Amino acid sequence: MKFGIVVFPGSWSQQDFHHVIVNVLKEEACYLWHKEADLKGSDCVILPGGFAHGDYLRTGAIARFSPVMREVARFADKGGLVLGSCNGFQILTEAGLLPGALLRNDCLHYRCTWVHLRVESRHTPFTSAMQHGQVVRMPISHGEGRYYIDQAGWRRLVENGQVIFRYCDEKGALTKEANPNGSLDHVAGVCNERRNVLGLMPHPERAAEAILGSEDGRLMFASILYTLARA
Amino acid sequence: MLTAKIYVTLKPGVLDAQGDTVKSALETLGFKGVEDVRIGKFLVITLDGGAREQATAQVEQMCRRLLANPVIEDYSFELEEAGG
Repeated sequence: MKFGIVVFPGSWSQQDFHHVIVNVLKEEACYLWHKEADLKGSDCVILPGGFAHGDYLRTGAIARFSPVMREVARFADKGGLVLGSCNGFQILTEAGLLPGALLRNDCLHYRCTWVHLRVESRHTPFTSAMQHGQVVRMPISHGEGRYYIDQAGWRRLVENGQVIFRYCDEKGALTKEANPNGSLDHVAGVCNERRNVLGLMPHPERAAEAILGSEDGRLMFASILYTLARA
Repeated sequence: MLTAKIYVTLKPGVLDAQGDTVKSALETLGFKGVEDVRIGKFLVITLDGGAREQATAQVEQMCRRLLANPVIEDYSFELEEAGG
């Protein structure tokens, strides 16, 4: 399977994704420069973390207008799998491919730490290899990860089961201490209504090898590969 | 030439972590009676000619498409004659 990793000026997680896909999973990966309106036949498109266009104006605000994003939107519209992590999540919300917005952390800190996430739904192409309620461990690294959406939007998200990950403690409890950025109801990741676009603030690509402290991120890649193999 | 002065602010009800931090800093400095602090953006855009009506429509589009995120932000602007 071929993963296309979008690279904006200021992206920083593209090589981590590339390493995991090629060296760990033994799958194919290519970089998609943001100015190229070509997804190079990718089966799954990844928007990695970083500070695309310096996060100037707002996180993801400039990146969403890059030529590659028109193709990403078309790809998503046809049902293609799009995963955005960290800055990639911010870009997907700015682009309107995911609902809501990511705001400055409420804690005055850039949070660079390991977090626990509760899997709220395994009914997505990105979480099918996980269990409902499973607690997974991944790192976060962001200053603007506080998920926000208005009340009407929130109701739709909950009714459609679009909240996919919540920050929790190691036992799966939604304690105040476990929420690293003040996200609305502990939201760490959401999907679109069609469930083929997922955004999350944590970094699955940095949790894909035991030597790095966790292999839980592998479950996300396994889910994607399983979905693609059946397609 | 026209100058657009654009104000982008977080919508009421959206927690402003920066604003809250500045508020507590002001209180630390001894300023009394600070009810609330909201931090936004102020943009000055100089437009090269064009009628006022046209410029208003253009700036409106700029705000909608790029300068403000309607999920979290409100905007307002005023047009002035530049160098007038």
